[in-house]
Amino acid sequence: MNDLINVVDWSRAQFALTAMYHWLFVPLTLGLSVIVAVMETAYVRTGSAKWLALTKFWMKLFGINFAIGVATGIILEFEFGTNWSNYSWFVGDIFGAPLAIEGIFAFFMESTFIAVMFFGWGKVSKKFHLAATWLTAIGATISAAWILVANAWMQYPVGMQFDPAQMRNIMDDFTAVALSPVAVHKFFHAVFSGWTLAGVFVISVSCWFYLRTRNHAMALRSIKVGGWVGLAGIVGTLWSGDGSAVDVARVQPMKLAAMEGLYHGGRGVDLVGVGILNPDKEFDDENDPFLFEVGMPKMLSLLATHDFNGFVPGINDLIDGISINENGDTVKTVSYAERIAIGKQSHEALRAYDVARTANDSAAMNKAAADLKDTFEYFGYGYLDSPSEAIPPVGLTFYSFRVMVIAGGYLVLFLIVYLSIAYKKSSWLTNRWWQWIGMISLVIVYACSQAGWITAEVGRQPWIIQDLMPTRAAISFISSGMVQLTFWLFAAIFTGLLAAEIGIMLKAISKGSKIDYDSLPDSSSSQSVNS
Amino acid sequence: MDEYIFLQNYWWLLISILGALLVFLLFVQGGQTLFMFCSNDTYRNMMVNSLGQKWELSFTTLVVFGGAFFASFPLFYSTSFGGAYWLWMLILFSFILQAVSYEYRRKPGNIFGTGTYDTFLFINGCVGCILLGVAVAMMFFGGEFEVTRSNLLDAPSPVISRWVAGSHGIEAIFNWRNLLLGFTVLFLARTQANLYFMSNIHAEDGGRFLNACKRATLVNGIIFVIFFLAFMAVLLTSAGYRTGMSGNVVAIEPYKYFHNYITMWWVGITLLVGVVLVLYGVGRGALDRTWRSGIWYSGIGTVFVALTLFWVAGYNDTAYYPSLVDATSSLTIRNSSSSLFTLKVMSWVSVAIPFVLAYIAYVWYSMNRKPITPKSVKSPTESY
Repeated sequence: MNDLINVVDWSRAQFALTAMYHWLFVPLTLGLSVIVAVMETAYVRTGSAKWLALTKFWMKLFGINFAIGVATGIILEFEFGTNWSNYSWFVGDIFGAPLAIEGIFAFFMESTFIAVMFFGWGKVSKKFHLAATWLTAIGATISAAWILVANAWMQYPVGMQFDPAQMRNIMDDFTAVALSPVAVHKFFHAVFSGWTLAGVFVISVSCWFYLRTRNHAMALRSIKVGGWVGLAGIVGTLWSGDGSAVDVARVQPMKLAAMEGLYHGGRGVDLVGVGILNPDKEFDDENDPFLFEVGMPKMLSLLATHDFNGFVPGINDLIDGISINENGDTVKTVSYAERIAIGKQSHEALRAYDVARTANDSAAMNKAAADLKDTFEYFGYGYLDSPSEAIPPVGLTFYSFRVMVIAGGYLVLFLIVYLSIAYKKSSWLTNRWWQWIGMISLVIVYACSQAGWITAEVGRQPWIIQDLMPTRAAISFISSGMVQLTFWLFAAIFTGLLAAEIGIMLKAISKGSKIDYDSLPDSSSSQSVNS
Repeated sequence: MDEYIFLQNYWWLLISILGALLVFLLFVQGGQTLFMFCSNDTYRNMMVNSLGQKWELSFTTLVVFGGAFFASFPLFYSTSFGGAYWLWMLILFSFILQAVSYEYRRKPGNIFGTGTYDTFLFINGCVGCILLGVAVAMMFFGGEFEVTRSNLLDAPSPVISRWVAGSHGIEAIFNWRNLLLGFTVLFLARTQANLYFMSNIHAEDGGRFLNACKRATLVNGIIFVIFFLAFMAVLLTSAGYRTGMSGNVVAIEPYKYFHNYITMWWVGITLLVGVVLVLYGVGRGALDRTWRSGIWYSGIGTVFVALTLFWVAGYNDTAYYPSLVDATSSLTIRNSSSSLFTLKVMSWVSVAIPFVLAYIAYVWYSMNRKPITPKSVKSPTESY
């Protein structure tokens, strides 16, 4: 049993390590591909050598980043098999489909046309090259869509039924899986956050150009393009984030309660703007959950229900089975202790079905199947021993949510200010303060981006599939020592490659800042530059 | 034919096509084992760039192969990946190294140096080919695993697929029968890489590079043929598991794979056509002093031969992933597939595959119209 817990923890650590490294590179790919496509479109429309130089410069940075994103991506896909083999069988019938569609539709598109992007200059026509650049961006976006459909399904499992004969879930409604509101909001939230990150990245690099007093005109034009894409991104992120918050309140209320450190809910609940959690707080004691907090009146109710007086249940309410119905009335539902009991009944029913099936006893099979159907909603709770096991790590979820929201708010302001400066007061960009703020904001946008995923993934624990399978039942039959070894190998390789990427990126940026941008023609007379 | 059985067979066909295309595209990996020992910088850079414009295709095909297997035969994904842990992890580690090496190897600021990345590519070339060959060979020669679905209800240890061998895939890597296919794939990939260089690189050196490729094709081609014949001899004399109507194993059948080639005569014919095409492509490619098109004959032949290996592994009531410790745990197309509904949905999606292949072919054609030359690989910032 101890080794089982160790295997679970190390497998989670390994997956988190891979996913967090992957998410360093993917949002930049998503956003930068759009920025490069916009720049190349401007080049094809104007024939300007300046736009071509901009396109090639940012495309180079895109390529450096893309390679390592691909490297980490393949690991994630295969880790579902290597480290989560039980999961792969239990829900592979549903989860595998989006992954395969992603590969067939999107990843091939992305990886085929990226070769044209980088090596097609002069080999294919300008319009074909532009099409390849857009198709790479579209491929990356579609790729993200299917991965996020898969992730959303784990948080909100729909469109399937349980097959007791095979002891797995099988899909019965593909549309429900692909178009669930959770999937739609997750897709827009992740993709728009990628645009935001790339926009800030472009501004940040451009500020470095200003700091080194190199190619100001090139940097200014980059800030304008990056700023608009980033602003569109942050507006889209806010909109989809609002939708995601309502989704979480509806389908993962325990996650929302953990995000807020909310133990006792109610109507008109405050949102904690900033706060320090009481580390000694347990769900079943009366300690104050906070050492310090600054609340925003009724804002959590508004965020979760779009109603200032909406009811938001806390951790203890949920454990006690207090929730809200469609009319907004507080109601008593199934407590967590009851869910655990029902889950264990569900396991018993499945066991009875298996015995009856082996004995070819149709009557007993039918009875067991009926019992299973009645109890399956809480099947996953059958693996738990106490309600406390159904509470996610409150501290990490709470703080990562704060980092995401506060940093996101800062980024709205940042993008508006830098776009305004670029159009109205570009001379301010020669001031060191503006340059350093621009560069430091890169750290903030990455912190925001990572914190978002930590909130989403840590907050849904202990579930790998909400209510149906806890993480600890999803593992492979391997030892913790094996996973520890691969964890450290991955950590070493990813860190080494990240260092290499940063080194190459910095050199490429430095070199790009030294090109003779100002002397390049900015008119259609420069058509021949393409060759 | 029952719709479910038809769709299971259809998806095994698609898996076979993806697997066969992957075997062909491994010429990229084969090429990576060649250029490291090339002392001429210009030749080496031309070889790297020739392969570098295609590495994403072999990588993507591997990813899609994995994804399609997950979607259509999830019990294989669950059993093999979670069981033969070290085999798959070593494959993955080698492919991580490949993904960055082309992009980074000659870029300024590269902290590890070009030689390190070239070593990474060499490792991926060897490990990728040999271990993917081993992984496919396990479809004939099996693994030490058990599948017990009711384990799901055993809370302290709920895993349904369990690898009995404590070495978790290492034992498969050192199985000589698996290694026969591993080395067959490696030397096939090296042979095809030379054929691809001939078609894609114009070294403008009076034919020296071309002649070197032809010599390498001959040497690697001969070694490949020896390994291939040895593997086929072992395969055709091996027993396999025969399955019944339920899809579960009912008996061990001597010469099962030989019988499959005979019973499914069209598979046998495809094998023969494939072998002839490969031998023609390799033979003429090596011996005809001016001919540069060997990759197409050899490549198409490779796809044909690899297709037949997947077909005899899975079709004709055969267990495609035999368990060496519990025959009833063996995986078959019937007992390891996704549900009828999922296979149906995925089959609609698969209608797009010809379009995907068409644009890949178009892009390949467009990019290869102009060959790689010494001039085209001069700048480290504009090339790999």
